[in-house]
Amino acid sequence: MSTPVTDDLTSLDAAELGRRLAAGGTSSVELTQAYLDRIAAEDGVLGAYLHVAGEAALARAGEVDAARAAGEELGPLAGLPVALKDVFVTEGVPTTSGSRILEGWHPPYDATVAARLKAAGTVLLGKTNMDEFAMGSSTENSAYRPTRNPWDPDRIPGGSSGGSSAAVAGGLAPWALGTDTGGSIRQPAAVTGLVGHKPTYGSVSRYGLIAFSSSLDQAGPMARTVLDAAVLHEVIGGHDRCDSTSIDAPVPLLVKAAQEGARGELAGLRVGVVRELGGDGHSDGYDAGVLDRVRETVELLAGMGADVREVSCPAFDLALPAYYLIAPSEASSNLARFEGMRFGLRVGDDGSRSLEEVMSLTREQGFGPEVKRRIILGTYALSAGYYDAYYGQAQKVRTLITRDFTTAFDDVDVLVSPTSPTVAWPIGARVDDPLAMYAADLCTLPASLAGLPAISVPCGLSEGLPVGFQVMAPALADDRCYRVAAAVEAALDAARGSRLLDELANRGAAA
Amino acid sequence: MTATLVDYDELLTRYEPVIGLETHVELGTASKMFCGCATTFGAEPNTQTCPVCLGLPGSLPVANAAAIEATIRIGLALGCRIASWCRFARKNYFYPDIPKGFQTSQYDEPLCTAGHLDVEVDGETYRVEIERVHLEEDTGKNLHVGGATGRIHGASHSLVDFNRAGIPLVEIVTRPIPGTGAKAPEVARAYVTELREIIQTLGASDVRMEQGSLRCDVNTSLNPVGDLEWGTRTETKNVNSLRSVERAVRFEMRRQAAVLDAGGRVLQETRHFHEDAGSTSPGRSKEEATDYRYFPEPDLVPVAPDAEWVEKLAAELPELPAARRARLQEEWGLSATEMAWLVNAGALGLVDATVAAGATPADARKWWLGELARRANDAGVELAELAVTPRQVAELTRLVAEGTVNDQLARQALDGVLAGEGDPAQVVAARGLAVMGESDELVAAVEAAIAGAPDVVAKVRGGKVQALGALVGAVMKATRGKADAATVKRMLEERVVGS
Repeated sequence: MSTPVTDDLTSLDAAELGRRLAAGGTSSVELTQAYLDRIAAEDGVLGAYLHVAGEAALARAGEVDAARAAGEELGPLAGLPVALKDVFVTEGVPTTSGSRILEGWHPPYDATVAARLKAAGTVLLGKTNMDEFAMGSSTENSAYRPTRNPWDPDRIPGGSSGGSSAAVAGGLAPWALGTDTGGSIRQPAAVTGLVGHKPTYGSVSRYGLIAFSSSLDQAGPMARTVLDAAVLHEVIGGHDRCDSTSIDAPVPLLVKAAQEGARGELAGLRVGVVRELGGDGHSDGYDAGVLDRVRETVELLAGMGADVREVSCPAFDLALPAYYLIAPSEASSNLARFEGMRFGLRVGDDGSRSLEEVMSLTREQGFGPEVKRRIILGTYALSAGYYDAYYGQAQKVRTLITRDFTTAFDDVDVLVSPTSPTVAWPIGARVDDPLAMYAADLCTLPASLAGLPAISVPCGLSEGLPVGFQVMAPALADDRCYRVAAAVEAALDAARGSRLLDELANRGAAA
Repeated sequence: MTATLVDYDELLTRYEPVIGLETHVELGTASKMFCGCATTFGAEPNTQTCPVCLGLPGSLPVANAAAIEATIRIGLALGCRIASWCRFARKNYFYPDIPKGFQTSQYDEPLCTAGHLDVEVDGETYRVEIERVHLEEDTGKNLHVGGATGRIHGASHSLVDFNRAGIPLVEIVTRPIPGTGAKAPEVARAYVTELREIIQTLGASDVRMEQGSLRCDVNTSLNPVGDLEWGTRTETKNVNSLRSVERAVRFEMRRQAAVLDAGGRVLQETRHFHEDAGSTSPGRSKEEATDYRYFPEPDLVPVAPDAEWVEKLAAELPELPAARRARLQEEWGLSATEMAWLVNAGALGLVDATVAAGATPADARKWWLGELARRANDAGVELAELAVTPRQVAELTRLVAEGTVNDQLARQALDGVLAGEGDPAQVVAARGLAVMGESDELVAAVEAAIAGAPDVVAKVRGGKVQALGALVGAVMKATRGKADAATVKRMLEERVVGS
């Protein structure tokens, strides 16, 4: 593969860092300190983190180093730092879900994925910024501060996992976990030049993931390379008896798929290009540069032996309205527990106000405008007399979308599209236009609604900003996403002679 | 404020009642509905909690398979159809005792539907149609502090105990029950009684109304006699005993009759039953009820009971109370009335167990409905709460039958058992209660009696044989009742008459 332009540890991928740790070329403390230094230097501008667990991270890194020195057998991830989106509860580490309403809350337990990362020996650097309760596509809806895109600090890093995308792209973490409800891993990965994968619904535990929309939320990896994402995914994936919707099936061999894909083993692969996602007659709102990069990538796949054809999924046109009924409906119920009685913020409890008044004031002051908008939307959609027309209809659309996928997968192995219609937009450009903001998820919503795996892999630049290529696969065939993404990544890196993120590092060096 | 009431018999000349019951039963599972927390009653507040039942952010429910099984068994015992596929639903509303801001319940897809329960009142059978049996989670418990009544009104603050939050709760809803007329209060009570017994027999819950593991909401409406349309119903809550079920219906009938007589309109509302006064007072009005915005619970997978498994559960149901009563009535040769007495006294199970422990049905009935019922009544407790087991009662009857003790001594032996002195035989030995044989002591007592009453002896010898009774009494007195009266009489005869 390509060689890094600098020997700065924070510009390396996790696989390389793991090799160095194992070989004794660096220590976990040294590595952790390198990231903490970079966070200290850069995060004032980037705003990727809501909480940096510096001391705990160094202490933990020291433990791993000591264990390694003592000759203990360690897993491949031992000592590697990681960042978690602040939507995952972490025992004793502040967790806010980007909301004022949880300010100061120290959870008494770990999310399953956090516990699995801990058990694998990783070092938690901190909790990353996000749109409040994961509602947004730019991280501007964070109650604390916006996050900036390392490619251009005047632009958004995507969302809602924008803290994670900015942290990894900016070298403030080697990799991170995000969550994806309608595109919140894939879109930020796309606009920051990362790999981000939304696993099959039910294949990664949701226990300890602060719920936005229960039937859609999935945790997944965000990384510098497809291989790193696969490694991280294998660690967090698999059945969890604490999550009733968790699928009791083995995690596919993702690392193997990524390795095979990187060798270009795609002969016979049937690829469907979704017309409704940027194709003829459906390209309104798409950047020409984005469509160009995606077209070139499809051609690249064809050149590698894939059998490419166009596929039509008509119900995808209805994904956006269906999503914006289902997700807010579930959110309106999921967010009811934030009423100031048992944890987090409580407003107005001065002895003069009734229970209802304290609950109302707490929610009034604790939730931001987008969260309120969605609670109101969802409450309305579930109301007596409106349920069938809104929530009920949206569920039917969901079934139609799933049917479109099923039909398409009769003929092709994977479906591809842009990840996001546009590159990262300037901060503030869409804050007053919720519909424009919602449109950022056009391409990612169908797989979310159908519960299918989908990955975003960088496919070049447009206007000097990263473009993401989305690969969608049937349920539990996450390995196909990794295989195709790795092939794209390897081919583009080879053609470029370097990694896309190295270009960012070079710019930084030049600046 | 005292409600105007119409005389019960009088109102029945003008109105007909329709009743309905919603019964909540806390299942006796070891762990809660959606988490692994314990369900022990009476534990220190908030010690049986975890992130799931506290509704902490990020936590997720996992359904308790034992609770689903228990619900299906209840449904089967009530002759319900068991759904082959159904879902939990969220019932959304804000209250501090529901930690998630919604209660996980079932809505339009209950686990069991369309059953029935036949209950008998005064020899007549009433069929109660069961609309649904569904599974949900209990709420936490609010403790209102600082007020006089313990109710929220007047309290300075409230405390919440989440130990109860998430305990599996089965809700059994009847269809409206028309046609019960004057018997409506008794039918309501008989229904809850029978339901309670069924659930007890299934071992699904301890169904203790006083501890709240069985709670009842009683719906009552009145319509003018002959009207085809039913009246507006009220829903009375806080009905915490079988007696209260009956009283609540009766009170509501009398109150609603007064409202209707005065040309008023019965409000569709929730009312609160007051145990002390036997009356109801308005709670929140249903007409301004919240919209619960039910929708399928996305955090739980659907429940899809396997048909074969349900068949197996049905086949393995224990003998249900009605069948058991019929069998025992026949086995014991009782009339329907005798059987009803036994059941109403709450003695059926005790008598059955006593018979199983070796007593004759007649002896067992005699003890439980006689001496033991008297003791329970004196102590103000239920029969089953007496500190004597059916096995001990059987032992008592055996001691009497064998002649070891007579009835009077047996009652003394019972005193000892109730005082915790051990089994009847132990008490008889320890207290020296056994009937005296023809011992030296008894011979001495007999001779002393003869010597002490020469006039009586003379009368007897003069032909007034019945005068011998006085001597028997004297001997019994001298032996403090331990002698066998027949033996004493024979010994006296031998000495006074026969010599």
